[in-house]
Amino acid sequence: MINFQYARAADVADAVRQIAADPSAKFIAGGTNLIDLMKDDVERPSRLIDISRLPLKSIEATADGGLRIGALVPNSDLAYHPLIAERYPMLASAILAGASQQLRNMASTGGNLLQRTRCYYFYDTATPCNKREPGSGCPAVNGINRMHAILGASDSCIATHPSDMCVALAALEATVHVTGPHGERAIAFADFHRLPGDTPERDTNLGADEIVTAAELPAQGFATNYTYLKIRDRLSYAFALVSVAAALELDGETIAQARLALGGVAHKPWRDPEAEAALCGKAASSEVFAQAADLLLRDAKGFAHNAFKIELARRVIVRALTQAARGTPQSQSSKKIR
Amino acid sequence: MAPARARPGNRTIQPPEKITISLTINGAKTQLAIAPWTTLLDALRDHLDLTGTKKGCDHGQCGACTVLVDGRRINSCLTLAVMKDGAKVTTIEGLATNGTLHPLQQAFIEHDAFQCGYCTPGQICSAAGLIAEGKAKTAEEIRELMSGNICRCGAYPNIVAAIQQAMGQS
Repeated sequence: MINFQYARAADVADAVRQIAADPSAKFIAGGTNLIDLMKDDVERPSRLIDISRLPLKSIEATADGGLRIGALVPNSDLAYHPLIAERYPMLASAILAGASQQLRNMASTGGNLLQRTRCYYFYDTATPCNKREPGSGCPAVNGINRMHAILGASDSCIATHPSDMCVALAALEATVHVTGPHGERAIAFADFHRLPGDTPERDTNLGADEIVTAAELPAQGFATNYTYLKIRDRLSYAFALVSVAAALELDGETIAQARLALGGVAHKPWRDPEAEAALCGKAASSEVFAQAADLLLRDAKGFAHNAFKIELARRVIVRALTQAARGTPQSQSSKKIR
Repeated sequence: MAPARARPGNRTIQPPEKITISLTINGAKTQLAIAPWTTLLDALRDHLDLTGTKKGCDHGQCGACTVLVDGRRINSCLTLAVMKDGAKVTTIEGLATNGTLHPLQQAFIEHDAFQCGYCTPGQICSAAGLIAEGKAKTAEEIRELMSGNICRCGAYPNIVAAIQQAMGQS
């Protein structure tokens, strides 16, 4: 870790002023990802602006029936909040599927959105990486790429976004609230994270001088028919190979509305409007679920070590939709997949 | 440590002044002048001589550094001490009271819940946090919510048994 200056932000406006004044400064909240990256010399900020004491720690009802989650609400507090557990259980489940309780106690909501890929080459400063050093190359394309993307990758980068929480937030169509020097703006969740394209160094559409202040959930929580099904190399405390957040509104046996978001497969939580539309108006059945999975994976591309993820994703989508339709969400303590 | 090679953004940074913070550690208020990059783990071990808290991976992956900050279990290796100015920290050294072991410490002994013992301070602090959270009732839930603490000796069945015993007493 290189030496750095440390300052506390007095309020959101002060945080924005401080980050605008020093392009090589970074905000720090939970620190669970940033300090790790600083120890590995991947992140080298000149200054850390401590935002952890800002008043962004509340969860409040919104006028249109949703919830506004302050950017500094710790992941564990969010997962166990009574309103989240009751109205947005898919979000609670996704959060509890990620990291460890110690890390969830530290990690913030805003920081979870901004966590960086766990691609081994991104972490290893002895190797090139277009995300870390634009233009240096991507060793993952022809290297060890078991954990890498099967959807939306580019020649420049095949990294995946590591978050579980964000997969549920994508499925729930959350909104991200940010503040910058020119005021506040709201970003639809689907537009928050980016695909790598030619600029994999940019994970999100958050401006360099902007701060995340909240994530807002709409009223619809899919609290009856949902699941978060995560497949990984060990049963706990590991990143997803494939994860699926599935949420349905059923009218009897008929699917009235469907949401399907995948983690571990792309540079951002992956949604496909066509696959979701293909489920609507149909009777819930494994054939219909398989058709939606095929549609979602129609452009999937495997690399030397991760081609298995395509068939895995197909099966996890079908199983997740089955769990959602049955109203039997995946337990994050019992690891049996039913 | 020097970077592997020069990269854009390399620069010389004036070493900042040390920052004076105040921590209440195991009930005792302490003032400490430290550099901002000092982790809470290094502050405990190297500045305060509280070496019960262990450095395992130093990357938040093993849980050996687990301590309680304001009653919540965290990884002290991924925590900057300056950010915890004013906090109450409990380490393994602070669990026993008046010479009597904490019920978790006693249970770990009774259940032989360790072999080499290196992960044990983190396991016990983590378990203390788990009991305070009150979310784990079954052995399955204990296993899941203790998954942030790795035991290379594989003492997991006895660790779960020890935690169950201590939970029954609390």
